[in-house]
Amino acid sequence: MTTSVDRLGRLLNLVPYLQARPGITLAEAASDHDITERQLREDLELLWLCGLPGYGPGDLIDMAFVGDGVTVTYDAGIDRPLRLTPDEALALIVALRTLAETPGVAQRDGVHRALAKIEHAAGDLADAPVAVRIPGNADRLEELRGAVERRHALRITYYTATRDETSERVVDPMRVLVVGRWAYLEAWCRRAQAVRLFRVDRIDASTELEEPARVPVQAEPTDTRTGTLFRPTPDLPLVTLRVGRGARWITEQYPCEEVVRGPGEHWTVSLRASDLDWARRMVLGLGAEVTVLSPPELAATVVDTARTALAAYDAPVPALP
Amino acid sequence: MSRTRTERLVNLVICLLSTRRFLTAGQIASIVPGYEHDPEDERDHEAFQRKFERDKAELRELGVPLEIGTPSVWDNEPGYRIARREYALPDIPLAPDEAAAVGIAARLWQQTGLAAAASSGLAKLRAGGIDVDPHATLGVEAVVTVDPAFEPLTAAVRDRQAVTFDYHVPERDAARTRKLQPWGVVCWRGRWYVVGHDLERGAERCFRLSRIVSGVRRVGRRGVYEPPKVDLIAYVAKTSGPVERTSRASVLVRPGRAAGVRRWAETCVPGPDGDRLTLRYADVDFFAGWLVGYGADVVVLDPPELREEVVKRLKAIVAAGAPADGAPAAGASAEGASAGDRAEVAV
Repeated sequence: MTTSVDRLGRLLNLVPYLQARPGITLAEAASDHDITERQLREDLELLWLCGLPGYGPGDLIDMAFVGDGVTVTYDAGIDRPLRLTPDEALALIVALRTLAETPGVAQRDGVHRALAKIEHAAGDLADAPVAVRIPGNADRLEELRGAVERRHALRITYYTATRDETSERVVDPMRVLVVGRWAYLEAWCRRAQAVRLFRVDRIDASTELEEPARVPVQAEPTDTRTGTLFRPTPDLPLVTLRVGRGARWITEQYPCEEVVRGPGEHWTVSLRASDLDWARRMVLGLGAEVTVLSPPELAATVVDTARTALAAYDAPVPALP
Repeated sequence: MSRTRTERLVNLVICLLSTRRFLTAGQIASIVPGYEHDPEDERDHEAFQRKFERDKAELRELGVPLEIGTPSVWDNEPGYRIARREYALPDIPLAPDEAAAVGIAARLWQQTGLAAAASSGLAKLRAGGIDVDPHATLGVEAVVTVDPAFEPLTAAVRDRQAVTFDYHVPERDAARTRKLQPWGVVCWRGRWYVVGHDLERGAERCFRLSRIVSGVRRVGRRGVYEPPKVDLIAYVAKTSGPVERTSRASVLVRPGRAAGVRRWAETCVPGPDGDRLTLRYADVDFFAGWLVGYGADVVVLDPPELREEVVKRLKAIVAAGAPADGAPAAGASAEGASAGDRAEVAV
């Protein structure tokens, strides 16, 4: 939408908004509309010149200013906001459906009631052609949410996929979030002395401690605005792979630095691996569809590992003890 | 938009809301400030008509429902008014927890288009007298992103209009143009899909939005089909959902190694040569690939078909990496599409 349409929409909205809140301060009204106080004043000055045909003093929109507050004393017939547009109805209804589907949320009942009411108000537009399903372990998420709300530290058994190890640690929970198909616990990890995102399906066990959580002031929540949590940094090793047709799907699964398609059916794919052991497991798992172009030590360890593993199969299957 | 134009449009809305009769363009010009012109002067009159057309378009873009009708039986010229019932947002009595939920929902979108629509929608609810607590949370924060094709596809479903787009499945070398009567858009396991009737295949199909590599173009007329009442989630879940793990394997794992495999074990019996684990799996091919990742730390004991598949894969890796070989061996599987989908349901 153009900014001009935005402003017209805001002006038509302002009158009923102010009318519902007699004496509201300009600062609050401006912040509710995401504009500066100065812009708000300009809007109000303009509205003051508008009104019913005749445009005499009794026909124009009128406002009273007392102190910092403003009160609409005559609305010239714009006493209700404009109905929702199809885009607005869709954005709100799909967002509410998503919240209603998000495992582990508190006050789910309120979300459902809100959804029903907004759908009712949207009339024909409520039939938004969008369905959302987010599978997840709701019980586990509720447990973790409880620890966040009660501000208690947690002892967790966590599987770190990049290092293929399970370890115990005490963390100070900050929040629970669902990003795409995975749920995460964001917490201050006392062992790493840093903020960490723990994928909930990899928390193999958790115990809420009596001890209060102590999230240090320097703990910065992860920026989720881009919708991706794992952003590879240039200090991580760059792995370049020659990828056959059957393994091209990895370019959809992992963030890649570069994908060169062809020549022929092979693609050259570069990605940053947080751990070369992880890269070795991934490449081995993809089989002959993928060969390592660099780093050379990864290429060598992949083949060595396969050779050693193969040797174990030379022996007959050991009998059960 | 200039201040005078905005002022004129606000006055136009107020005027059309206040009239019960349809007002012709000429009548509007004589009432609403900003439309003054000489109707006898052809150029002046045309300029007015253009201005009025632009203003009507702007009101429609904003969602103002302009009604068109004839002012009287003696007059054939079209007239305009705004029905208050159509214009006004109905009263929505939201309890505080419901209002809080709407406020949280409005902040959900990361994309600019949807975020702007959600926040202008919320502004209308606020103008309707609803107070929204900006600090409320639901304890679990949802972060949702949609692909660029989301908005044009949902709009096309609303208009019941077919679309075409270029669709690139990684296993193919080039994108293909698809033509679809979209029925709806589905978010399933963090990915977005569109489901509809594929006009070229003559069958029901679903497409991943992230694989649409072109814009979404509308084709044909609006309102030419009615989406069937089907469970779209069930349809997508059927084609890309998890598979049941009905087979059981027995593996030998080195002590203290392969933590990723141990987490999925049903049973674990320590022995002199390592720990014997039993695991459930669905697909031999995929499961074998996953186990091969752990190298010599995991040896498959049973069933033989799994053992053979692992050995086959290990041999292929050794052969592909052998220096004497020159060029690495080409991939064997052409059924990559299913491999990718299996990976999504990986253990």
